[in-house]
Amino acid sequence: MVAATRTAELHPSHEATSAHDNYLTHAHGWKSWIFSLDHKRIGIMYLCAILLSLLLGGVFALVIRIHLWAPEGALVSNPTYNNFFTLHGAVMIFLFIIPGIPAALGNFVLPMQLGAKDLAFPRLNLLSFYLYSIGAVLFIIVLAVGGLDTGWTLYPPYSLEGTRGLGVLLALTATFIVGFSSILTGLNFMATVHSMRPKGMGWFDMPLFLWALFATGIIQVVATPVLGITVALGFLERMFHLGIFMPEYGGDPVLFQHFFWFYSHPAVYVMILPAMGIVSEVVSVFSRKAIFGYRFIAMSSIAIAVVGFLVWGHHMFTSGQSKWTNIIFSFLTFFVAVPSAIKVFNWLATMYKGDIRLKTPMVYVLGFFALFGVGGLTGIFLGSLATDVALHDTYFVVAHFHFVMVGSVLTAFLAGLHYWWPKITGKMYDERWARIAAILVMVGFFITFLPQFLSGLQGMPRRYATYLPVFKPLHQLSTIGAIVLASGMFLDAWVLWVSLRRGKQAPANPWGAASLEWATPSPPTHHNFEQTPPITGPYNYDVLEEVSEEAGWVRNDGWNP
Amino acid sequence: MSSHAKPSGERRFLQVHFETMGAQLAASKSGMWLFLASELLFFGGLFTAYAVYRANHPDMYHYGQYFLDWRMGAINTAVLISSSLSAAWSVRAAQLGDTKTLKATLWLTLLLAGAFLVVKYFEYAHKIEAGYIWGGEHCVDNLKVAGKLTEHQIEHCLSALPPEVAHLPIPEHMGRFFSIYFVMTGLHGLHVLIGMALYVWLLRRAGRGDFGPKYFGPVDMVALYWHIVDMIWIFLFPLLYLIG
Ligand SMILES: [Cu+2]
Repeated sequence: MVAATRTAELHPSHEATSAHDNYLTHAHGWKSWIFSLDHKRIGIMYLCAILLSLLLGGVFALVIRIHLWAPEGALVSNPTYNNFFTLHGAVMIFLFIIPGIPAALGNFVLPMQLGAKDLAFPRLNLLSFYLYSIGAVLFIIVLAVGGLDTGWTLYPPYSLEGTRGLGVLLALTATFIVGFSSILTGLNFMATVHSMRPKGMGWFDMPLFLWALFATGIIQVVATPVLGITVALGFLERMFHLGIFMPEYGGDPVLFQHFFWFYSHPAVYVMILPAMGIVSEVVSVFSRKAIFGYRFIAMSSIAIAVVGFLVWGHHMFTSGQSKWTNIIFSFLTFFVAVPSAIKVFNWLATMYKGDIRLKTPMVYVLGFFALFGVGGLTGIFLGSLATDVALHDTYFVVAHFHFVMVGSVLTAFLAGLHYWWPKITGKMYDERWARIAAILVMVGFFITFLPQFLSGLQGMPRRYATYLPVFKPLHQLSTIGAIVLASGMFLDAWVLWVSLRRGKQAPANPWGAASLEWATPSPPTHHNFEQTPPITGPYNYDVLEEVSEEAGWVRNDGWNP
Repeated sequence: MSSHAKPSGERRFLQVHFETMGAQLAASKSGMWLFLASELLFFGGLFTAYAVYRANHPDMYHYGQYFLDWRMGAINTAVLISSSLSAAWSVRAAQLGDTKTLKATLWLTLLLAGAFLVVKYFEYAHKIEAGYIWGGEHCVDNLKVAGKLTEHQIEHCLSALPPEVAHLPIPEHMGRFFSIYFVMTGLHGLHVLIGMALYVWLLRRAGRGDFGPKYFGPVDMVALYWHIVDMIWIFLFPLLYLIG
């Protein structure tokens, strides 16, 4: 062993470089992980926790869909069903989609895209992971103590009644703690982008993923504390009868809705903005073309983050708020569609006359365009007052937000995961099977959620454990779709698992991307860079040349890891 | 970790991912300001609740205000403003490397913070003893609810009533004013307590001689935090004690 290492040192060869000291081999033992301050290791821990949450939320979803196979319910009792749809929502939103892209992928990639050695506050980063884990465990304890049947929105008066049980108090606590973790992540990212850009990288020389994470940070730092104080007040209301939210004591439950949506509407941009960031990276790299309209995409992220704060009332058109409030919120909701459309047109313009390569990440991104298109356009029906009053609380809403939050964010997350997988693990996966999995996921998604627009239009209310027989065909179609979607996900999990065991060694830059995370070896060394590489621009492909499929791309300015 | 010899002097506090002490300080500063922004939004929810209830139930605030002693509030305002001065002074002392003044001002800030909480304690104790507590539990709200209060509690509640409210009609769900009062001042008090813990930590580090002209970030950051705690009180005092 020792002799072999010596030989490798004396005769640097391909084997020697592939077995370089990297962040995975740098230290050993479980303590080197859970006390690690390395953003890459924290990112990996987040990734594992987030994928487990996705699995848990996905199992809940399958229970829901299988139960709805029959009008009278096919699997569980009605109260149990209520627990499942509530926890499906809570786990997917708070434990998977919100932290998914920023905390797992962002954590790994952000410092490297800056050419930096770590985030500005590594300890805070670890703390934020601990808080996330504590919150996740609390959500699992909720299951053990009899569950939660309020819907993820936790609306009072129902949720704060004295008879509700321990589940609500635990869920409020868990939300508070997970929220804190989200604030700390956003703060850390913003401070890092703000103060650790290398010389030669101005604001407009950053990869668009960083703009997206920065804009996400704004929302996390500004909106999440409001959720924190809301759930804290809910907790105190339940314990001490404050009379802030409970009508029994003179409180105002609609005030809770205002507070809740002041956070939870911007929260959908915490989910979608990083997803859009990934799309901007992937679409440019796999079209072999500099991103079209860089400044517009960057600024539209900020615009979404800002305007997103002014539209929360569109969740409350039927709550009894005044007519004028409704009209203003409806108008502003249309307004927020503008920056999203700007992005989509810029992505399409990037692809125009590009040299498009249909690798797995790009397949997911093409799916993203379709899903985000459907999700965005059906949002218009819900933003318009007249149609929303009819569609409110139907399956139309369920289908719409699944298209945006799951369809778009999940596909972008998977695009990002496959895009950075070689960097994170140092292994290539099987392109063919990964692409088949991607297509299964997206086809399954369409079969699951397109029928729900129809049943919603026909008046199928959301959250019901049973339904009228007339909706049966659409519900069954939905369930079949869910099974296809799940099989796609499991196939993809298998593909990634196999790549870990038997995957080919990944080159430093397999896709020919120009941002700095590809200027490190795969997997990266402990400190990412000995010194910051020369900045050539995140979408400048002129400096790259393809050597071969196995050796990937190299920079022609002579700077290579 | 690198195999270089440990740097001496204040550079021993330079983390590996920063190139200079200045870069490290700039990052801490931007992080701290963002944290303070999120703190403002955290309290912002409470200020909004205050405003909503004030707009909808002005009579409740008019009535409730007489229960708060503005003199106590004024003393505490003076105490906190002085503590902010000494906090700012401690930053200057650290920058100048004047350890003696640094320790003295850190101690002064800590003591003033403690004094604030002592005054707060007396205010709370008085109210809780008389039964002037939060929401549905407030004794004035329950005066007419049969069987809710004992004879003794009713007597207690009435005898401590401020003279100004004797002729006023009792507003409905009066206890909500006290819910808002207790949650806002309670959360603020919690922040004061956290600030005190931070000053104890700073004192220990100052005792070890950690701070000097090149490394004073922690003193600076804690002072920033302390100023925001002070500033929130500057809003709480008039909103709760002065404008009925
Ligand atoms: Cu919304």
